[in-house]
Amino acid sequence: MALAGRAALRWGTRLPSPCPLCRPAWLPAACQRPYSSRGKEKLDMSTYPVESIRNFSIIAHVDHGKSTLADRLLEITGTISKTDRNKQVLDKLQVERERGITVKAQSASLFYNHEGINYLLNLIDTPGHVDFSYEVSRSLSACQGVILVVDANEGIQAQTVANFYLAFEAQLSIIPVINKIDLKNADPERVEKQIEKLFDIPTDECIRISAKQGTNVEKVLQKVIEKIPPPQCNTADPLKALVFDSTFDHYRGVIANIALFGGEIAKGHKIVSAHTNKRYEVHEVGILSPNEQPTHKLYAGQVGYLIAGMKEVTEAQIGDTLFLYKQPVEPLPGFKSVKPMVFAGMYPIDQTEYNNLKSALERLTLNDSSVTVHRDSSLALGAGWRLGFLGLLHMEVFNQRLEQEYNMSVILTAPTVPYKAVLSSAKLIKEYGKDQITIINPAQFPDKLSVSEYLEPTVLGTIVTPPEYIGKIITLCQDRRGVQKDMLYIDENRVMLKYLFPLNEIVVDFYDALKSLSSGYASFDYEDAGYQSADLIKMDILLNGNPVEELATVIHKDKAHAAGKLLCERLKETIPRQLFEIAIQAAIGKKIIARETLKAYRKNVVAKCYGGDITRKMKLLRRQAEGKRLMRKIGNVEVPRDAFIRVLKRETDK
Amino acid sequence: DPCPQWPYCRKRCSYCNFNTYVVPAVDEAVLRSCLVREAQTLLRLSQVHSITSVFFGGGTPSLASPGTVAAVLEAVAGAAHLPAGAEVTLEANPSSTSTSRLAGFRAAGVNRLSIGVQSLDDTELRMLGREHTAAEARKAVEAARELFPGRTSIDLLFGLPRQSRDAWAQRLEAALRLCDDHISLYQLTLEKGTALAAQVRGGALPAPSQDLLADMYQTARTVLVAAGFRHYEVSNFARKGALSTHNLSYWRADQYIGVGPGAHGRFVLSGEGGCSREARVQTLEPVAWMREVQSQGHGTRSRVVLSLLEQLEELLTLGLRTDEGITHERWGHFSPQLSLQAVFGEPGEARALQQEGWLVLDSGGLRCTWAGLAVLDSLLPDLLWQLQRV
Repeated sequence: MALAGRAALRWGTRLPSPCPLCRPAWLPAACQRPYSSRGKEKLDMSTYPVESIRNFSIIAHVDHGKSTLADRLLEITGTISKTDRNKQVLDKLQVERERGITVKAQSASLFYNHEGINYLLNLIDTPGHVDFSYEVSRSLSACQGVILVVDANEGIQAQTVANFYLAFEAQLSIIPVINKIDLKNADPERVEKQIEKLFDIPTDECIRISAKQGTNVEKVLQKVIEKIPPPQCNTADPLKALVFDSTFDHYRGVIANIALFGGEIAKGHKIVSAHTNKRYEVHEVGILSPNEQPTHKLYAGQVGYLIAGMKEVTEAQIGDTLFLYKQPVEPLPGFKSVKPMVFAGMYPIDQTEYNNLKSALERLTLNDSSVTVHRDSSLALGAGWRLGFLGLLHMEVFNQRLEQEYNMSVILTAPTVPYKAVLSSAKLIKEYGKDQITIINPAQFPDKLSVSEYLEPTVLGTIVTPPEYIGKIITLCQDRRGVQKDMLYIDENRVMLKYLFPLNEIVVDFYDALKSLSSGYASFDYEDAGYQSADLIKMDILLNGNPVEELATVIHKDKAHAAGKLLCERLKETIPRQLFEIAIQAAIGKKIIARETLKAYRKNVVAKCYGGDITRKMKLLRRQAEGKRLMRKIGNVEVPRDAFIRVLKRETDK
Repeated sequence: DPCPQWPYCRKRCSYCNFNTYVVPAVDEAVLRSCLVREAQTLLRLSQVHSITSVFFGGGTPSLASPGTVAAVLEAVAGAAHLPAGAEVTLEANPSSTSTSRLAGFRAAGVNRLSIGVQSLDDTELRMLGREHTAAEARKAVEAARELFPGRTSIDLLFGLPRQSRDAWAQRLEAALRLCDDHISLYQLTLEKGTALAAQVRGGALPAPSQDLLADMYQTARTVLVAAGFRHYEVSNFARKGALSTHNLSYWRADQYIGVGPGAHGRFVLSGEGGCSREARVQTLEPVAWMREVQSQGHGTRSRVVLSLLEQLEELLTLGLRTDEGITHERWGHFSPQLSLQAVFGEPGEARALQQEGWLVLDSGGLRCTWAGLAVLDSLLPDLLWQLQRV
C-alpha cells in the first residue's frame, strides 16, 4: 500500500504546503513526484545519536482518535504545517479516508527540541481494525514504547484490550492517554479507573488530552521522551537493519521501511538479505516525514527507508534482516508470517480481461503483501485466483481498491475460512503427500468417506459491552457456536466477555450483528486460537440440477439447513424469470435440503410498439442483447454476473 | 406514410406518458399551418411518390377541427400521390366524437376511425382518468360504425389494478357485441411518472400478478380467434381483412414520416440524394416545434442514420410481432447478401428457440409460434445477440 510520497497524486493535491519537496506547479499530473531529491540538501542524521531517538506507536480502538493525535504530533513538531486540512494525514488511501479507518501502518520522523536537546521521534501509526492487527504487532517490533489512546467517553473497548496485551507482551513502555476530554459526556476519571483495574497502571500516569483541540498534546511528547527508552544499539556495531514494511514504486522499485538495530547505512553500501542471501547496492536512504526525504546516512536506532534495486516486494520480506556484504550478523527474530483468515475465488467477469486483472492484482499485492494469491481455475468461471485475506473488511477494501485504483470489476466467490481435513484414505494421503490438508476452496472439500476428521479454525473473541446488552450478546454468541471462556466486570458500566468461536461464524457478519443489537456500544476483537474438530459438510447450490460453483460453501452441519434456505430465497429474488421453470436448490451430496421455484415467464411482450415506441424499445433490447455477453450460463439457466455477488453481499449487509 | 400528431388533450389520463399537453386554448390556425408546412417539407425531402396511408395520432386528434385534418390531407396530396383508396385513420376519444364531428372528419377525407374506448366499465374508466363513461363509449362506437362501417377500430385495456379474470372476460364479451372488425387489446403498462404507476407503487392500488396477466392475454386471444378474428399482431385483431394498413407499415419496417411535435419517422432522404434510412424525431414541445417549423420548414430535432445492423434489428423486433413474421422477401429487401436462413438457420440461439417451440423458420420466413408470441421480449435479446455476432 502506498505511503505518502509514493501516492504522489493524492498527497500532492491534498496537502500542498506541508511537504518541503513539493512539485513545481507546471509539472503535469503524471509526473507529480514530491519526493524528488534533485537540488535539495540532504539531511545529516549523524546529529541524532541513539540517546536522542525514541521509536513509538500509537495504538487505540477504532475511532478513539489515533489518527487525530498523529496529526497534532506532526503539527507540533513542524513536520507538517498547521492547517484545518490536516485530517488523517497518515491515511493516504482513498478507502482509508472514505471509510475513516487506517488500513496500512505509516511512519513519520518528527524533530523535537526538549530542554535544549534535539530529539528524533519516530512515530509509527497503526491500523485500527481487527482485520489488520498483524500490522500492529509488526509496527511494534520497531518500537520501544506505545501511546495507548482511550476515548474519555467510550472507555476501554475490545481492541484497547487486545492492543494493550500486544504492547505488554512485547515489553514496551506504555503511555496511557485519555482522549476527547472536550466532549460533553467525557468521564476521564472513570476511564482512569478502568485502566488501573484492567492494566494495572496507576491512575495518575494517564494524560488527559483533546487531540482535536490540541489540549495537553505537548505533554504527550514530553512523556514520550521521558518514559520511552532510546533503542539499545550502537552505530559502531556492524549493520543490522530490520525490514518492517515495504511498498512498491513503479519508477524506483521496492522501497523498504527499515529500523536500524546497529551500524549505519548509506548510498553505495553493499548489503545482503539474510532471508534470500541476495546482494544489493544501496541507491538511496532517507527518513519519512511523512514523505520520503533522502539523507546522507541512517544510523543505529533510526527508522527510515531504503531503496536498493529490489525488483519485487518478495525480495524485501517483512521481518527480514539486512547486513553489510561480508559482515554477516545474527538475524533479528522475524515476524510470524501473515495468516489469511478468509479465502475467496476471484475471476475476471470476462476471460478476455484475465491479463488486465492479473497485472492489476500483481500491482496491488506488491503494496499489500498480506494478501496471498494462488492461481486457480474452474470449469464454470475460467481462469482466476484464490486469494487469502486477513478478514472480510480486508477483502472488501482490496476489492474496492481494485475498482478505484485499477478500474477492475471482478467475480468474487463466497468467502470461506481455511478448514482442514485429516485424511484416512491411503490414496489421498499418497496424492497429497501428507495426511492433513488445508481446504481453502470448497471445490476441493474431500468426501467424508476419505476423511477421519474435519477441523475448523477458531478464534478467541473479546467483547466489551455495557451490561444491559449481555443477555442478547450471549444469545448471539451461542447462536454462533461460541463457548464462553471468561466474563469480567471492568466497572459498573463495562463488561468484558471472552468467547471461543469457530472463525467462520464471526467472519462474515458477526461484528455487524453485535453492533446492531447493542446500538453500537459493544466492541469486538479476536485472535487466532488454533483448530478444533467440527462436523463439516459441503453445501452446493443447484440451478435446475447444475451446481453453482460461486456459491459452494463448507458449513457446519447444524447450520446447513437455515443457510441453504436463505440462499435459495435470495437467489429467487435475484435471478430474472426465464422461458422455463427454474428449481433453485441447496444440496448436501445428493440430498436436497432446501428448494425454491422460479416460475417460467408466461407472458413477456410489450403491448404497444408503434412509430414512437421503437427507438426506446430498441435501446432496451440492445442493452439486453449486450447483457447476454455477460450472462453466466449454468446449464440452460442464464444468470447475470453480479447476481451471486448480490446474494452474498446482502448477507454481509444484513 | 405520414402520421401527423395532434399534441393536445383536454385532460391527461392517469396511465398516459405520451407527449401530450393540456392547455387552456390552442391556436389551431398556427398549429394547422405548421402541420401543413412540415408535412410538405418532409415529403419533399423523402421524394415519396405514392402514399398508402395517413394516420392522425396524438394526443387527441379528434379535438382538432375537421378543417385542420382536411388541410393536412390536401398538403399531403399536393406533395405526393394520395390514391383514393389510401387508408386515412384518425384516433378519436369517445368524448369528442359526436356524429356531426365524425361526419366532418369523413368529409375531410378520413376513412377509418380508431376509438379509445379503453374500458366498458365506469369504475375502471374513472381509475384510468378517462373523460367518458361506458355509455358514451358505446354511443361513440355506434355512431362511428354508421359512418365508417367495417373501418372502425376500438382500443381496450386489460390488466387494470383490481380487474379479475372474470371481469375481463365480461368486458371482452361486451366489446365483442359492440365492436366492428378491428380490436386492439393492450395490457396496461404502468409507465414511470404516471399517476396510476405512483398509486400502485405507493400501495394504494394492487399490481396484477404476472400469472393473471398471462391468463387474461390467453383468454383474449382464444375468445377473439373463436369469434373469427385474426390475431395479426401482439395486441391487434382483425376480421374480414380489416387489418390496419398504416400500423402494419411499422411492423414491416416500411418508410413512414412523422409530422408534428415529438413525432418519429423512418425514411430515406431521397430528396437530398441520400440512400440510407434515417430515424428522425421532431421537437417534443409544441411551441418550440412551431417556431422551428416556421423558421426552417420542419422541426426535426434529431436525425440518425441507421446502420444495416440497426435496420435488421428493428425489422426483427417489429416483424416478429406479426403473425406473418419476417418473410424472406422482406428480409432480402434489407439484407440482399445474408439471408434469414444464413443468420438464423445455423446452430445458435434461434435454432434452440425453434427446437423449444417458440419460433418457426420455414419457407414463409421467420415468425413466432402461438406460445412464442406471448414471450417475444424474452426471445429478442437472444436473436439480436445472434444477429450481432454474424
